[in-house]
Amino acid sequence: MLSPILFVIIAAAGIGLFARKVGKIRRNIFLGQPLQRSDRTAARWATMARVAMGQSKMVTRPVAGFFHILIYVGFVLINLEVLEIILDGVSGNHRLFKPLLGDFYYFLISFFEVLGVGVILACIVFLWRRNVQPLARFKGPELTGWPRLDANLILLIELVLMSALFGMNIAEANMPEQGGYLVSNLLAPLFGGMSPEALHLTERICWWLHIIGIFAFLNYLPYSKHFHIILAFPNTWYAQLEPAGQFSNMESVKKEVELMMDPNANPYAATDPEATPARFGAKDVMDLPWKSLLDAYSCTECGRCTSVCPANQTGKLLSPRKVMMDTRDRLEEVGKNIDKNGSFIDDGKALLGDYITAEEALACTTCNACVEACPVLINPVSILTELRRYQAMEASQVPSEWALMFGNIENNGAPWQFPAADRLGWADNLEVKTSNPSA
Amino acid sequence: MSATKILHINTMAELMAKGEQAEILFWVGCAGSFDDRAKKITKAVAAILDQVGIRFAVLGTEESCTGDPAKRAGNEFLFQMQAMQNIQVMNMYEVKKIVTACPHCFNTLKNEYPGLGGDYEVVHHATLLQQLINEGRLRVADGGPFKGKRITFHDSCYLGRANGIYEAPRQLLEALDVELVEMKRSKTNGLCCGAGGAQMFKEAEKGTKEVNIERIEDALEVQPSVVAAACPFCMTMLSDGVKQKERENEIKVYDLAELIAQANGLID
Repeated sequence: MLSPILFVIIAAAGIGLFARKVGKIRRNIFLGQPLQRSDRTAARWATMARVAMGQSKMVTRPVAGFFHILIYVGFVLINLEVLEIILDGVSGNHRLFKPLLGDFYYFLISFFEVLGVGVILACIVFLWRRNVQPLARFKGPELTGWPRLDANLILLIELVLMSALFGMNIAEANMPEQGGYLVSNLLAPLFGGMSPEALHLTERICWWLHIIGIFAFLNYLPYSKHFHIILAFPNTWYAQLEPAGQFSNMESVKKEVELMMDPNANPYAATDPEATPARFGAKDVMDLPWKSLLDAYSCTECGRCTSVCPANQTGKLLSPRKVMMDTRDRLEEVGKNIDKNGSFIDDGKALLGDYITAEEALACTTCNACVEACPVLINPVSILTELRRYQAMEASQVPSEWALMFGNIENNGAPWQFPAADRLGWADNLEVKTSNPSA
Repeated sequence: MSATKILHINTMAELMAKGEQAEILFWVGCAGSFDDRAKKITKAVAAILDQVGIRFAVLGTEESCTGDPAKRAGNEFLFQMQAMQNIQVMNMYEVKKIVTACPHCFNTLKNEYPGLGGDYEVVHHATLLQQLINEGRLRVADGGPFKGKRITFHDSCYLGRANGIYEAPRQLLEALDVELVEMKRSKTNGLCCGAGGAQMFKEAEKGTKEVNIERIEDALEVQPSVVAAACPFCMTMLSDGVKQKERENEIKVYDLAELIAQANGLID
């Protein structure tokens, strides 16, 4: 009776700790500014089904796409078996579903084993791609230290979990009246010479290793880039449905501009302090819309964005992946500050300057290549735009050429210094030919 | 055989004074109004609209920057001031439909003006020209000067990824019976020319290469005789790239409207 109690304690601790951390992440995300993203639910479900469940953007790079789908399908389906494992653990049974499902159970476990082989294969390929093959996007300057270790750890943990699952089944394959599943049957000779006691012990060790591994993995997720396996779903659901070229029209600015343009407005009327934001644009993570913060936690640092960024590919400092990693790192720092102090106490740091430099923000051509490339619909451009808004409207720190361009637009309605009166100059004596094949 | 005529361009104000209305507003944009190279694109568009008998007008001196470069550079105040001003003018003329040869103006007018009170049907000239060909109002296929030539098309970011328009420009080129060759990076994967996001108006940040050089190298790889563009800013960047590679004698950069207008014998 000891093991079900032990199991319940481990499970409760594992799930409880995970829920606590997720609660903190949720709080951090909602430190961001409000943004309406709950409209057109049918289109949102369709986007999530296509991009997150259907992995539609993964396959644009066929090799990574194929192996990623192996892991994804394996992970989702093998989790059905985890349900049985949890019920076994709580009830003290062994393979609870076996008598209920009969022959179908053998098919199911054999099918999971085949998927397990796929997962192991994919993990090995991914480890090779990250560490042996000289793949440029896994070697960026932001991908050293912890991010690099994190990526490798996840793959190794997945290998350990799969090995435990197979260890359990291979041990059973050598027991009378047990086993009989496709892959573990073939691998049964691996444990061929073992005594019944040793087999039983191996099976138990693998069982516990697997389930404790799963709870440990669950708690590792929120600290890791691997959290994308959960956040990919909400992140695609809440993605921008409007065309990628459409940037938000700032409501706070709209009010002020309307006041300026309205000849009947009373300029001395008290403005509603609630309606005025703390600042225009973003200096720190709390100034960003909450969706950008969800984006940051959803990023798995694959670097597809950076590998297509025109600025990055021509040697500029800007890397969209780094923008996402910086946003997450700063947000985590702000979260810890709140945990410690009850509410955020100014630490003299900010996203702009301490994490992302003005030079990086200025280098973006807003071409949306990074947005297009992201398999989970993250938008680095919107973060960079908010930083630029802060620079232009609060800090008044724009390159002198841009200041000149602003001045030209204000004075003569064009980014260059041409008189507005010459705007129709192109039409003076506009001579065209009249001979044409269509006539 | 090549007779010429002087084309009079109507302004919305002129038409209004006569109690008439334009079918469509031709939004020329700042580049199309002031940049010497882009003015040729403006002329090509006007010549085509005139030839097919579309009753169009321009705002002329009443047109002002859409505010796009200000918005991308972060100056939302200036953008909204420009937008409000332009919307007031267009609403006064009861504008229903707009065509423009600039993808940046197109994106801003189509996507960002509605939220500020400016609701219009906005088309980029590539889409309009393709519709005119489909409707049989514009013909280009009979022995145009570009028949069989190797032409590659550079996707403008604000037409392609920003608004999902990839096919209309290509269908135009196919109508010209050219040999359309794609660069290794095209359509959703197309590489920016380097001008967007208000980069046109400042020096690039420190790097190892200019974006337009990286892009023109993509184009040179497929050995085209013409690089086709659909944006006045891409036009500048690509033309500069070809010049820096000293290939301007063999490789021409043309806007789609110029190719169509030339094929129709409207311009040289």
